[in-house]
Parts: sequence; C-alpha cells; structure tokens
Amino acid sequence: MQSSVTHPRSATPGTGGPPPEVGPPPRRSSGRAWEWSLAALLLLPNLVLLIVFTYRPLLDNIRLSFTDWNVSSPIANPVGLSNYIEWFGRDDTKIIVGNTLVFTVATVGISMAVGLGLALLLDQKLRGRNLVRSVVFAPFVISGAAIGIAFQFVFDPNYGLIRDLLVRIGVGVPDFYQEPGWALFMVTVTYIWKNIGYTFVIYLAALQGRRADLDEAAEIDGASAWTRFRRVLMPQLRPTTFFLSITVLLSSVQVFDIINVMTRGGPQGNATTTLVYQVYQETFVNQRAGYGATVATVMFVILLAVTVVQVRFMDRGKKA
Amino acid sequence: MSTSTILGTLDDEKAPEAPTRRRRRRASHNVEASTHNRGPLWTAAGYAGMVLVVLVVAVPLFWILITSFKERGDIYVRPAQWWPDPATTANYSELTTRIPFFDYVRNSVLITSATSLAKIILGVISAYALSLLRFPGRSIVFLVVIAALMVPNQITVISNYALVAQLGWRNTYQGIIIPLAGVAFGTFLMRNQFLNLPGEIIEAARLDGAGPMKLLWRVVMPMSWPTLVAFALITVVNEWNEYLWPFLMADDESTATLPVGLTFLQNNDGVTNWGPVMAGTVLAMLPILVLFLFLQRQMIKGLTAGAVKS
Repeated sequence: MQSSVTHPRSATPGTGGPPPEVGPPPRRSSGRAWEWSLAALLLLPNLVLLIVFTYRPLLDNIRLSFTDWNVSSPIANPVGLSNYIEWFGRDDTKIIVGNTLVFTVATVGISMAVGLGLALLLDQKLRGRNLVRSVVFAPFVISGAAIGIAFQFVFDPNYGLIRDLLVRIGVGVPDFYQEPGWALFMVTVTYIWKNIGYTFVIYLAALQGRRADLDEAAEIDGASAWTRFRRVLMPQLRPTTFFLSITVLLSSVQVFDIINVMTRGGPQGNATTTLVYQVYQETFVNQRAGYGATVATVMFVILLAVTVVQVRFMDRGKKA
Repeated sequence: MSTSTILGTLDDEKAPEAPTRRRRRRASHNVEASTHNRGPLWTAAGYAGMVLVVLVVAVPLFWILITSFKERGDIYVRPAQWWPDPATTANYSELTTRIPFFDYVRNSVLITSATSLAKIILGVISAYALSLLRFPGRSIVFLVVIAALMVPNQITVISNYALVAQLGWRNTYQGIIIPLAGVAFGTFLMRNQFLNLPGEIIEAARLDGAGPMKLLWRVVMPMSWPTLVAFALITVVNEWNEYLWPFLMADDESTATLPVGLTFLQNNDGVTNWGPVMAGTVLAMLPILVLFLFLQRQMIKGLTAGAVKS
C-alpha cells in the first residue's frame, strides 16, 4: 500500500510498509508510520469507490454536457454550449421545471406539516399510540417501485380504490391516468404516503427531546396553545425543521421509482416529468446522453444553490 | 441531542439502554411531556385522529392484499368487492409461472447481501480509521467521505453507466454491486458511535497492549453492537429497495432484482393484469415489512440517527 490519497507521506524513507509488530503498543516514532499505513489500508477501498463512482462521474457529467454523446457510441463530439442553449430555449423546460417545483414544494411542505402534526398527536398520552406510530412509519421501509405499482391500481380511474370511495360519497372521479394535473397529484400523493413516516419519526424524536418545563411555564403564565406552539415549541424544533427541509428536499427532487412505474413521465409526454426523470429519458430513452448530462448538471447547480440558501437562512435565524 | 433519544421513539415502555455512552442524556425527564389531561373532548379528538391515520395507511395496503386474492373477473367490477369472494391463490401461481419470479428473488437476495456486507465492512473500517487512528489529513478525508452524501445518484448514473458498459459489466452482478458499495452515511454513523465510546476504556485497552485490530474487534465493536445493527438494517432495507441503478443495469432475469422484475411484469401486456401484479407487490413488500415488525426499534434508530446530532 504505497501510493495513497489519504497520506502521501506514508512512503517516506525509513518507514517502509507496515512493519510486522502486531502485539506490543506502538512506540512513538515507528508507531506513527504504522498507524498511518493502517489508516490508509482501511480507508482506501471506500475512498476509491467513492471517488470512482461518485466524484469522478460528477465531474465527467459536466464534460459530457458539452458533447453530443449518445449513450451507446464511443464517440462524443464537443458541441460547446449548444445543449445549454437548447435547454434554456426549449418549451418543455418550463413545464418540467414547473412539475419539479410543484412536486417538490408540495411534498416538502405537506410532509413536514403533516409529519409534525402526527408527531404532536402521537406524543400525547393515548392508548395504542405505539402501534399507530409503527403503522405511520411502515410505508417508509417499503420499496418505492412496489408502492408505485400498487398505487397505480389504487388510483385506477375505472376499478381503483379511490374511484370506489369517491363514487360511494357521490363525488366525481377525475381521470388520474389521463389528466395532467391529476396525474401529478397522483404521484405527489403516493410519494407523500410513502415518505410521511420519515418526517414524523424525526419530529417525534425532537419532541421527546424538548424541554417540557418551558411549555409548562408558558402555560402557567397563561399563554394560549397557539402562542405556546409558535413561541415555545417551534423555536425549539428549529434545528430539526432545518435538517428536514434539506433532507426531504434532496430526496423529493431525486424521485425516480414512483414516477417511472406510475406514469413514465406522462400523460401528454411530460405532465409528470421532473428534472431527474428528464435526465433518465433524454439519456437512456432518447439516446441523448449529452443533453441528459446537461439537465443533470443544471439540476445539481440548482440543488447546490438551494442548499446554500437554506444554510444561510438558518444561520441568520440563529443570530436573530 | 444524542442518537440514543431515538430509541424511545416508537415504544416508550423500554427503559433506557445500558450506559454505553459518555454523554449524559437529558431527554428522560421529557417522556411525560404532555401527560396532563386536556379533557375528554380533546382525548376523543386524539383517538379520532389516530383512527383516521391508521385508515389512510392501512386501507390501501388492505386493498392491494384483497386484490391479490381475487379472481380475475372480480377485480374488474363496479362497485368494488371489499372481500375476495371466492378467494383464490391463482394470481400467486400465475405470478410464479408467467415470470421468472424466483430468479428475481434470488437476484435480490444475492445483490442485497453482497452490497450490504460490503457496505457494512467498509463503513466500520473507514469509521474506525477516521475516529480512533491518528494520521495527517484525517478531517479532510472525513469531509471527502461525507460530502458524497450531497451528490444525488441520479446525477452520477450517466457516467457510471458508460464506465460499467465499457468494462462489459452490464447485466452482471458485479456491475450492479460495485458502484453501489461505497459508503458515506454508514461511515458517518459508525464514526459518531466510535467517538462517543468512553475514552478511558480505549486508553486502558491500548495500555494493555491491544493492537489496533484487536482493539477494533475486542473492545470497540462489542460496545457498538446496537449502532452496527441499526446501520446493517437500514443498509439491507435500502439495498433491497434500490431501484434506479439495477433498473439501468439489468436486462433480464439473470440479474434483475425484485423491484425491477415487477416493472417487467407490469409492462408484459398492454393492459395491466392487476391480479398477478398485486400478488407480486405483496410478495415484494412482505419481507421488509416482517423485518420491520420485529426490528423496528433498531431500524428507526439507523434511519433517523443522522438527524439528531445537534
């Protein structure tokens, strides 16, 4: 183990490879080199994997975005900025960015609000709450592809569960498969149903770690429930809210399985296509990997910017 | 807030775990946070809310289950049948004969086991080096590992696909497993665990002459068992459910996992034949739900641990 990303000085003269001393406690001078070599040995496999399959493709993706590569040929001709110019000029870009925005804002907002509501409810002393907590969390561990396929039938406009319930209460049944807005609604609801357990459990953990005495003091002072919620509880939950806003946003933006099995980005071509789904479609279906890489790069830049803004926002909130 | 507060999350009856951590917990006095009574009306509303929540989660699952036991004709009736009458297992036998269902199961088991094993070992040894060994650039290496969490898979697939295709690894096990084997979150989780171990015990073991590897296996790991189980469980769940990468890599039943195989089944004919498809989703959901039923405490600890470091 000579060369290493982790500590380039491991091969300095006199220290050699790992010496065979295993038993006795390493002495200061030679012990250090021993420790460095061992650290390199332990870290290298994981680092190599992360560099080759995470960081390398991240950079390679940027290179590909300036080419006309189709995913199968060995040749990729440089095309300059034309993919980017195309992306910013194309009509479907607006629709796809809009879908991504609607889906993300809805899933993040509703998951967090409902997750907090459920956590508050199931933090009360109610009989059977442990069971209900498990029930709420269960869908989160199920495969998204399986849930997507199952919910396609739940939303089936002719023979599905939702149709049956709506007809029973005498409400008209929208065509979740064909109407663009309702199709987006369908994948959004499915996603929230699957993932609500995550925000719920994290808020519940935060509630259990809060300081109850503050709440009681405020109650004795005669503060209303709403005031206590806003002035006492929410400030305490702020780090959790911040953490969730980032993690839930990142995972919502990345949704692929549910859209792929439920709608394939349709109806009408792109009614439920988000940026991630467009990356897949352009690259692997339309064989335009260069353009797909462009969309991926744009998406990564947007995500990075949003995260930076969130962190800034949080920092300012801390000082205030 | 320490990761251990999570342990009380879903089930309050359990007493706090053995004091393996140095950090004092201050959460315990909050368990009774909202115990004071709020009157019968409030309580009734609470129970109504709980019933509603259970219905919203359980009814779709119930619907999927009964559909999988219906005869074909009974699936396509209006109004819908809320109990399979007559019940039949025809969908399940059709599922196992019409598609190579057991091949998908085998692939899922193999790929999940191999990827999880690799991730667990790499996570533990990386975390050990990053927490208990001293070497220059340690914090930078840690940053490199942790920053990988910010890079979505969906962005790296294009280039990884090209690389794996070049190696001739498409539609092979190694082509699916190796690109997924790097571990950022698990390293982070285990490193936190190792850093929270009592320093005196580790010092004592070192003075007793324990070499680094002996220290890891005899001292550090036995004290980190609960976190390792949590890490292992979430890894198994995530790998079992992994979709995008196996979907891109696998062409047929020689490597396709269960979620990918279900997608093939869905596409088989123009009009979806919901009976076998629902049977397939039930069988895909079942193993993980059973695992969850028995090990939810550990699973939740792993899934939420990242959130509760302050």
